[in-house]
Amino acid sequence: MSILAVLEHNGQAFHRMSWETLAAAQQLAKETNSAVAAALVRAGGQSSAGELARKQLEKVYLVDHELLKDYTPDGYSLALRQLIDQVKPSLVLFPHTYQVRDFLPKLATSLGKVAVSDVVSHRVDNGQLVLVRQLFQGKVNVDVRFAVEPPNLASLQAGAYRADQVAEGAAPVEVVKPQLSPADIRIKPLELFRESQRAVDLGAAELIVSVGRGIKEPENIALVQKLADVLGAELAASRPICDAGWLPMERQVGSSGQTVAPKMYLAVGISGAIQHLVGMKGSRTVVAINKDANAPIFEIADYGIVGDLFQVVPELIDAIQKLK
Amino acid sequence: MKIIIAIKQVPARDSQLRIASSKKWIEDADLTYEINEPDAYALEAGLQLKEQHGGEAVVICAGPARAAQTIREALAKGADRAIHIEDDKLDAFDPLATANLLAAALRPEAPDLILTGLQSDDLGYGQTGVILAELMGLPHATLIMQVEKQGDGIRVKRELEDGWFQHVDMPLPALLTIQSGISKLRYATLMGIKKAKTKEIKRLTAGELGTAPPAPKITVDRVYLPEHTKHTQLFDGSPKEAAAKLAEKLKFEARVI
Repeated sequence: MSILAVLEHNGQAFHRMSWETLAAAQQLAKETNSAVAAALVRAGGQSSAGELARKQLEKVYLVDHELLKDYTPDGYSLALRQLIDQVKPSLVLFPHTYQVRDFLPKLATSLGKVAVSDVVSHRVDNGQLVLVRQLFQGKVNVDVRFAVEPPNLASLQAGAYRADQVAEGAAPVEVVKPQLSPADIRIKPLELFRESQRAVDLGAAELIVSVGRGIKEPENIALVQKLADVLGAELAASRPICDAGWLPMERQVGSSGQTVAPKMYLAVGISGAIQHLVGMKGSRTVVAINKDANAPIFEIADYGIVGDLFQVVPELIDAIQKLK
Repeated sequence: MKIIIAIKQVPARDSQLRIASSKKWIEDADLTYEINEPDAYALEAGLQLKEQHGGEAVVICAGPARAAQTIREALAKGADRAIHIEDDKLDAFDPLATANLLAAALRPEAPDLILTGLQSDDLGYGQTGVILAELMGLPHATLIMQVEKQGDGIRVKRELEDGWFQHVDMPLPALLTIQSGISKLRYATLMGIKKAKTKEIKRLTAGELGTAPPAPKITVDRVYLPEHTKHTQLFDGSPKEAAAKLAEKLKFEARVI
């Protein structure tokens, strides 16, 4: 077996999930006695490739072409397909970033494969790879295997592997020039931008009380605000609350919002879909109040109450006031 | 503009899920179903585009007979007609198989724009839309927040990570996966529900589409409830008792009060 880790770089730095994917590739290589290489798609990315050359890898492939200066699914998918045809890895691993989600299904289809996306863990069973995914927003797990000949492709969920486990070493860099023509790139990406400066910096908050779908009606947010007030905490929310306009977008925690790591994160009526968890799982203490005992938020909670938030939260406000 | 919206029917969001005895899927006998929420946003975006630019909004759904209910609801909200690829044995774990069926049904439609939700709430692959684009030879963009017509093409606003966005210019025809929450979802009106009864639902089977089911690319070992790896201290009793115990822990263990 041979493993190829395709890593993401945003122009300034490697995406943090790139290191998780590299660590996973190295770990899997050890378990299956395979060679592991890394690839980076980046026009003029010599210095970034040089960074990878200091890791324990057989080789670093730098896929370099002026038409890959800006990310497009057309360019990336065509270039990586050529690389895979050339290198013939048995397994190609990707970080499950927004960018990978955008091109990986296209790349896999062009190879006649289905990528296993958003993998949370793996095991090797009789030399065969078993990948674990989540169904129903994390409420159910499924073990899957590839049913077809290599190469096979998979993307790894944020936080599923530990970036600090990457092994150092030395590897040669090979520059690969894909065959691309301007007509291959059908879409035209423009400048990146941000909507507005964030007035609320949740990242600096010591305590956060966060509210999710379980709150049901916008009028009920006042109840959770009161809980935040008695604790002296900032109020935050999961995406659906901000989507509905019940709280401003700047209070959103999760992959599309802010990433926080407070002393305490108290989640009220938040089931804990992965898009939310990646934004807060670094919190020191996680507390969850939710009516569903199977909600994924309890996977990472230190303390929890399974119950109706409309009954529990008023009692909790009372109890905290008494202890103050 | 001829707009196709691909939707999926999934178990209702607050369903209590149990594992089926086969260990290959969940127990589905007593579940209620609804439109996959991200697809509801794709439908809304499609209906709004049709209202702005004219043309036709067509819903397509691959699923068993029960999916007809979800299709009717989409028609009641304003879609003009629907295509139902009716199949009880859809290989639910292979987005390529589903996309193959959708592509076969959509090729003769020659749409200008295909919209889907960004992912399904049940399988969560987040791939069917992009695979469909590749099968149909169309350019695509994902996590779209906004669509503007511009000359012969469109300008879309993509969501990136950490609060970043990007505009992308695209030719038509194209496929977009729509980010959830981009606009308020409409309700079906009484008139809409009435009208939906007379709207066309074209029923097709995999056999009629002439696509032999491809060998699955992925096999399922088993489906199971995740084992709790972290020891969560759960407080039970009445809400008052549980809240009091939690508050004590927050003060004396977590030291945040």
